[in-house]
Amino acid sequence: MKANHQAVIRKFLFYLLLVVGAFIMLVPFLWMISTSFKGSGAVMVFPPEFIPNELTFANYQEVVGKFPMMKFLWNSLLVAFLTTIGQIIFSSMAGYAFARMHFKGRDPLFLLYLATMMVPTQVTMIPQFILIREFGWLDSYQGLIIPTMFAVFGTFLMRQAMLSIPRELEEAAFMDGANHLRVFWHVCIPLIKPMIATLGIFTFMQSWNNFLWPLIVVSSNELATLPLGLSLLQGRWSTDWSLMMSGVVISVVPILIVYLFAQKYFIQGMTMSGMKE
Amino acid sequence: MVGMKKRNTYLWLIVFLLPNFLGFILFIGFPIISSFGLSFTQWDLLGSISFVGFDNYIRMVQDEEFWRAFRNTFLFIFGYLPLVMVFGLACALLLNKQMKLRAFFRASYFLPVITSWVAVSLVWKWLYNPNYGLINYFLSLIGIDGPQWLHDPSTAMIGIILASAWKDIGFVMVLFLGGLQNISPSYYEAGSIDGASKFRMLWSITIPLLGPTTFFVTVISLINSFQVFDQVMIMTEGGPSGSTTVMVQNIYNYAFRYYEMGYASAMSWALFIVIFFFTWLQIKFQDKGAN
Repeated sequence: MKANHQAVIRKFLFYLLLVVGAFIMLVPFLWMISTSFKGSGAVMVFPPEFIPNELTFANYQEVVGKFPMMKFLWNSLLVAFLTTIGQIIFSSMAGYAFARMHFKGRDPLFLLYLATMMVPTQVTMIPQFILIREFGWLDSYQGLIIPTMFAVFGTFLMRQAMLSIPRELEEAAFMDGANHLRVFWHVCIPLIKPMIATLGIFTFMQSWNNFLWPLIVVSSNELATLPLGLSLLQGRWSTDWSLMMSGVVISVVPILIVYLFAQKYFIQGMTMSGMKE
Repeated sequence: MVGMKKRNTYLWLIVFLLPNFLGFILFIGFPIISSFGLSFTQWDLLGSISFVGFDNYIRMVQDEEFWRAFRNTFLFIFGYLPLVMVFGLACALLLNKQMKLRAFFRASYFLPVITSWVAVSLVWKWLYNPNYGLINYFLSLIGIDGPQWLHDPSTAMIGIILASAWKDIGFVMVLFLGGLQNISPSYYEAGSIDGASKFRMLWSITIPLLGPTTFFVTVISLINSFQVFDQVMIMTEGGPSGSTTVMVQNIYNYAFRYYEMGYASAMSWALFIVIFFFTWLQIKFQDKGAN
């Protein structure tokens, strides 16, 4: 009887810890949402109202009306989408070459690819900027998108995935007279779909959340992505918290939706890369 | 026949590898080499480039601003790393069991990880608001007169550390959960036959067997945290009075605000060396573990 009692207490404490933890993780989000629906008078109030007495959509209307919020949203979607597509195409094809083709210098070349992964983006960003400037790509979609499509991690991931495919499968296809393109498309790609999804989701999130590269490349509001747009919003209305929080909510919701549907790919991508953003 | 096949292979290589290879050379290979070259020059993007030898590196070593950013970055890591490691591991241990609502708890702990740093920084800036922010309100409930947080040089870094730890605990948790799954249940069975308590099993089985994971997570978090930038840029811009200026911010400022490309490149190589040291440590240790 006493042991049973202890087990109940232990279980209670266990869940209490979990709930307190979840509370700490979720409160900032709830506070963000709550603030975004407050009238300007209800923000600067002490003690704060957790659930606004008066719910208003005015902040959302204002932030969309006075600021090109929808343009930022569109830019973010476009940039993240194209970056992801490019990354998947280029790295899966190169991954195929590195894993399934034989050519002179293959392994040293792949090693060179790997070696560059140790160099942080802060080293490459300055010459990248100069290059983009030479191309006349500053403040353009090309400048925002193209340089970010060649992250070496993608090639690495695709090569590893392609290596896991049994040789017999492609040998049978080659026997039947298939060429590399057919083997790549009909044999390899279907088998590594989960890995492609992982790379895709991960690239999308990285691009969606990227702040530094747009900050460097973009100078006009027209081309800003959401993170950059939010920082501009901050520069403009640094004290209008309800307005800013509604902007933040707009930027968080899309990635949240993707996350809800593809949770496991997010986690896989981060576990394998050791990168968060 | 053999010659045909060889030629064919090279044609296929052009299709499969060349696009990626060109991008790699243009946007990664070439920038790395030219960044190294740039670090020995002086260039403001407009005038001509002049070779200055080791001047940038000498200037860096004598630059009080550089060392302050260096110290601030270490200060950040000193506070941030123990927090994410301890709480990340704790969350992983809690969530590794079968339980009700596990998916919900996992998702909520992971939520900050997928959110952009800019969004998180703005929310935390609002939480830290000295007069109307939620944090000082909670502190006032237990009778504490909250600090000025990001507006005070003595607390601004603490503010950035806490927000960063909050964001990354879920990331560390996920890495630890992966490690926990690799521990064979037979160890715990043996432990419970010997009558070991839960705490004893945690201390004598889980923690030691998590060693390689812990090492991996530490190194990864270290490498990531040397690159701390977004949150600082949004929350404090390095202020007040330079108390939160970090290494990457210095690089950003010199390159894209003062247009001193050479000096900024030199500083980026200093960052590389620090990061490289830890990468090297990881590779060395992993090889040992594999053997």
